[in-house]
Amino acid sequence: MISERCAACKNQRRKCPSDCIFSPCFPANDPQKFACVHKIYGGSNVGKMLQGIPTYLREQAANALYLEAKWRIHDPVYGCVGIISSLYEQIQNAEIELAKIQTQITFYKLQTQRIEAEPNSEVLQAQSSNMEQFEWDNPTIASWFN
Amino acid sequence: MGSGNSPCASCKLLRRRCAKDCIFAPYFPSDDPQKFAIVHKVFGASNVSKMLQELPIHQRADAVSSLVYEANARVRDPVYGCVGAISYLQNQVSELQMQLAVAQAEILCIQMQHEPSVAAAIPNPQQIMEFQEQNNNNNELTHHHHHHHQYLNFAASSSNVIHDSLSRETLFGHDMVS
Repeated sequence: MISERCAACKNQRRKCPSDCIFSPCFPANDPQKFACVHKIYGGSNVGKMLQGIPTYLREQAANALYLEAKWRIHDPVYGCVGIISSLYEQIQNAEIELAKIQTQITFYKLQTQRIEAEPNSEVLQAQSSNMEQFEWDNPTIASWFN
Repeated sequence: MGSGNSPCASCKLLRRRCAKDCIFAPYFPSDDPQKFAIVHKVFGASNVSKMLQELPIHQRADAVSSLVYEANARVRDPVYGCVGAISYLQNQVSELQMQLAVAQAEILCIQMQHEPSVAAAIPNPQQIMEFQEQNNNNNELTHHHHHHHQYLNFAASSSNVIHDSLSRETLFGHDMVS
């Protein structure tokens, strides 16, 4: 009975020993996985890296290497670092947006407090004059709403 | 550039003559041996050389920088490398988007309350916020990213396989994302 070689040994055209370090991570049914990783990292490098990792984590490490290799093949200049930059940018934009909206909320809450502090004045008139006052005092913030 | 007297960091490490047109020399000066050492450890010198050769010269500096970054990430986290950082950052983006949605719901309520004629038609503010939160909770991480850049889509579809097992957030990524 001949058991099938793992994808790595098939790719390297050698025998696949029973304790092959690659076979749990690179099953024969996914030749693409080893091919990508081999192209970017090289077969012996991958073996070296896997050896330095506890056995139960090797498959996850191989999966992560596969992802990184795919991204590097897709974008030979930046690889996965392009994705990291883009994520940082998204985070920054979202934080700015959130800060803007939270400022708006504070603005409106202050508005409400001012109106409630003057119970005898006409509500609508007080509202518009308070807004004008606020805009006059805080032109930068007010311009965000226009 | 590599001259006869001062080999670049790569040729020093590889113990070979640094030729005038050495492909590594512009990017791995001899005063920073660590830079090449780490890239060589993760990718291997011949792979790096191959990758650089396939790129136009004006793109090689950026490629080297990103390779160094990746190699550093892999040394810091030998199991997940950059993928750990990406997972962490994706979670941050999701978290922020949820906070944004809640804040937007809140401001909508407040704005509507300032228009008394419209006030009668407003749903209960609590209902709006629950609806928004529900919407965001139903959006899987991958679904979010289908709306974003093309390469995030590429990443999301292939990262599902490891995503479920990435629960060790406290162990990876923090120091490299600062």
